[in-house]
Formats: sequence, structure tokens, C-alpha cells
Amino acid sequence: MALAPAITDLEQLKEHPAIARLVGWNAAVVQQAKFDRDELTVWLQKEMIREACAMLRDDPNCPFNFLCDVTCVDWHPSEPRFEVVYHLLSISTKERIRLKARLDGSSPVIESVTSVWPAANFYEREIFDLFGVRFTGHPNLKRLLMPDDWEGHPLRKDYPVEGYR
Amino acid sequence: MANFPSSVDDQDIVSNRQSTGGGMDQSSDQSIDQTMVLNMGPQHPSTHGVLRLVLEIDGETVVRMKPEIGYLHTGIEKTCEAKFYHQVVPLTDRIDYLCPLTNNLAYCLAVEKLLGMEIPPKAQWMRVLMNELTRINSHLVWLGTHAMDLGAMTVFLYCFREREDILRFFEMVSGQRMMTSYFRIGGLALEPPLGFFEKVKKFADRFPGNVDEYENLLTGNPIFMMRTKGVAYISAEDAIAMGASGPTLRGSGIDLDLRRDAPYSGYENFKFKVPVRTEGDVFARYLCRVQELRESIDIVQQALAGMPEGPVKADSPKVVLPDREKMKTQMEALIYHFKIITEGFSVPAGEVYQAVESPRGEMGYYVVSDGTGKPYRVHMRGPSFANLQSLARMCEGQLLADVVAAIGSIDVVLGDIDR
Repeated sequence: MALAPAITDLEQLKEHPAIARLVGWNAAVVQQAKFDRDELTVWLQKEMIREACAMLRDDPNCPFNFLCDVTCVDWHPSEPRFEVVYHLLSISTKERIRLKARLDGSSPVIESVTSVWPAANFYEREIFDLFGVRFTGHPNLKRLLMPDDWEGHPLRKDYPVEGYR
Repeated sequence: MANFPSSVDDQDIVSNRQSTGGGMDQSSDQSIDQTMVLNMGPQHPSTHGVLRLVLEIDGETVVRMKPEIGYLHTGIEKTCEAKFYHQVVPLTDRIDYLCPLTNNLAYCLAVEKLLGMEIPPKAQWMRVLMNELTRINSHLVWLGTHAMDLGAMTVFLYCFREREDILRFFEMVSGQRMMTSYFRIGGLALEPPLGFFEKVKKFADRFPGNVDEYENLLTGNPIFMMRTKGVAYISAEDAIAMGASGPTLRGSGIDLDLRRDAPYSGYENFKFKVPVRTEGDVFARYLCRVQELRESIDIVQQALAGMPEGPVKADSPKVVLPDREKMKTQMEALIYHFKIITEGFSVPAGEVYQAVESPRGEMGYYVVSDGTGKPYRVHMRGPSFANLQSLARMCEGQLLADVVAAIGSIDVVLGDIDR
């Protein structure tokens, strides 16, 4: 099984129902899309992430109603440094989609999706804890895994694997 | 689905008695209507590990609950970024330590998807076989401890008797009882030893009778039913909103099983039912899991009957370690062995999210590659992590004594939550 090349042209991917809906809703939101290894990734404008999630959740034909996972990737030292990654699943059609939003390293702030899915609560706290990304509108944004008085954000790429000694 | 109010109720629970700062006599007037803050764990025996719950209670009723986690945080995700791809496999065992092979499988499938690698049929069937044994192993630990939490001691002894047999199978194939690392990128670590299939077959023939034994002790037991029926209810909408998966979701009437709905590793060749209950209480989740025991052993029987012949490793010398004997006798195999061990192998840039159905729900591995020999980012989506969030919905407004039943019913493993 050789790897098929990734499709990164947004025009080609407009047929896909989820992208068609996002573009039909607000074409400016979709920045980029990729279809690679049978997985669809859509980069969205970070300001609109909560609205886009709510829209996808409530779509009657293919509701992406299940939030599987929220995580973050640090692309230090390139900018924009952080990518917040959302994995959604549609329970009725079993389709998956990956949403991404890019954040600057200087002030990584994005709107929380806890009002769309309460499940995002722990995930966003974990990202805040380990990456230092702040989520506006989160009900209780504090460290989750590390101790409250910990300094630094361990999963950032400029944080040494052995920790500071 | 409605929007959920989330901003009001999520602050930390702090004791309101501290501020009044004094003994009983000082605050006796104010404290009549006050609630009490109770700390449960992390050393509490029925929190199944180092789970800590901060409970605000009004008499015997739980008003609010906050899980406090992180006591088992080991930074596995950070460690993965410093290892070669093949060195990550032993780390995955340690995440959800009750189903190590499921973790191995999810990680290996993710990397194989990144590589675009084809796995030989025998390896796929062995993976299914071992995975279902792992599911039984994990469910047996859950059943035994859950029943013991509710006062039924005997079930625990029965369950651990059968679990011992499964751990022996793990030891036969991998040399390890718990931290198996038996699945490798590209296939299996070793051929299963002689006599392995016969022993599993004997076990599989016997096991449905064992499940009858457990059910005789619990399913119709009036005490058990009183402790579980109608307890810790969660609706389907809430379960979805809280991200619950696995038996916790299926107990609330949502029919979602990734083995059937998004088949991986050849699950599409197997016939099995997905038990779903609509009651949404502890008893419904219990019935789902017990029925899963029967379905799993059925899959084991199918895997044994149809086990294909052939190699257990993909033909990809740059990724898969050569057999020990070849490595000792052939120059080329030795060079490949040396290269993989010292430099790893590079994986084409990209990202995948591979989800598998673990005994607890959706176990997902998100692996990002930047084209080098080490993963750029490995993130594990642990099913217990999300299931734990639904615990507060189940317990608030319920009796304090039922919290123990609720914890048992979502089957948390703290290694999976804290990573």
C-alpha cells in the first residue's frame, strides 16, 4: 500500500460535505484544507472556532456531535507557533474531521469550546497546563496535571525533556 | 442538543467553614444550612488508583463533585518526543496498564498508517485475538473490583482466577504478564509459541461457563441490583456532551463501537454483537460489559478457527527488526538491525489520528511526524480521561454511598487519565 499524495487544494476538496457546509456558512473562515491518509484536516480562523464547532455540531445531515479530542502541537521556532487540534466524530455517520487553528507564540489565546461541548473542559485545561495556551470563556482555567505552583509548560518544544535542574 | 451552562458551576470546591475560622460554637448559627467538603482519595481503596474527588455534601447527598487528577502524571507524551518510533511501544504499555495490548495496537496502527504499511494477515488476526483477550482481562479486573466495592467479595476471587490464565497467555507470547509490548510497528514481536493456540482454545471453551458463574452471583442478586439499578444515571445527550465512550456511552443507549463502525486490523472479518442498554445507570453499564465478555470470547473462537498461515511481520527490512537468527547469520540483516536500533527509521511527514475500541472506550493516538526518526508529537486520547468528566453528572444529587458504585461503573484507569 503506497501512500497516495495528499490533496491540499481547497478547490478540489469543496465537494466534501463538511467543507461545503463550512464554506457555505462563511467562506472566509476556511483557511486551508488537506486530505491525507484518509483523514480530512481543515484549518480555520482562530476567532471563529467556537461558532464553527457549534455549526458543525448542529448540522442535521452529518452532525459532528462528538468531541473526541482536543490537543495542541508546538511548532517552535516557526510562527505561528501553536496549532490547536480538534478531532470530531459524527456518531450517526461515523465520519471524522480534524479542525485546526493556528496561534501566535507571543500571545496564544483562543476561544474555549466548553459552551459547545462540556467535554472540552479537561482537554483545554490540559493544553493550558502543558502548552500555556489560554482559552477565553473557560469556566475554570487552571492547571490539571502539573502541580499548581509549577513553572513553565512542559510540552513546549523549548522545555527540556529532563526538566530544568 | 442544547447548550450547556458551564460557567457558573465549575469553580473549585473550597470549604466554607475555613473562612469562619473557628470551632463549632463560633459558627454554629451559620453552619446549619452549610454544606460540608469531603475529600475522597487519592489513597482511597475504591477510587481504583490515585483518583481524588473533592465532594461538597449536604448530609448524605452530593451537591457538587470535582475530580482532581495528575497524581500519576509521568510525562509520557514528552518522553515520546525524545525516543525513536520503535522505542515508544514499551511506553504505551504503561498508559492504560489494564489493557497494554490495546495501547500497543493503537500506536502501531497509527505509525503504520503514517508509513503506509501493509500488515500480513496472520499478524492482524493475532492482534485481534490478543486484543480480545486483553478486553476480557480488563473487564475481569473491573468486574471483580466493582463487585467488591459493592460488597460482593467472591466475584473478585473468581475473576482473578480467570485473569491469571490470560496473563499466562501474555507471558507465553511476550515473556511479560502485563507490560507486553507484543505488537511492534510492522507486525508482532515474535511468532506465538507452540501449544499456544491449543491452550487458548481450551480457555475459550471453558470461559462462557465462568461468565455464567459471575452472573449467577450478581445479575439476579437483590443486593447488587439495589446498589446499581437507577443509580448514577446519565442521559444519552449528557454522555455525548461529556465525551463519554465505550460501555459508559453504550449503557445510555448510543450504539457506537469502533470495532464495527470503523474497523481496523481486520475486525471487519469477525461477526459479533454490540451490547447496548438504554437505562443509563450502573446496572446497564454492568450488563453491557458482561455481555461484552461473551462477545469477546466469541471473537477469540472465530480468530482461533480462522487463523491464517504466514509471516507475522511485514516485509519491510528498513522498519521491522530482522529475526534473531537472521541477524546472527546474515550480514545484511545485521546492518539493518544496527541501523534501526541506532538511528531509528524515518517516517514520512504527516499526521494521523488512529482510534481503537479499548475496553473503556475510544482510545485514540494522534501522531505527528516531521519526517525524522522521532515522533514530533504523540498525543493519547484516553477513554478514562473523558469518561471521568461524566462522573460529576452521574453523582451530583445522588447519595454519597453511590459515588463508589459510579466510579466502578465508568471503569477508570488512572494511568490512562494522567499519562
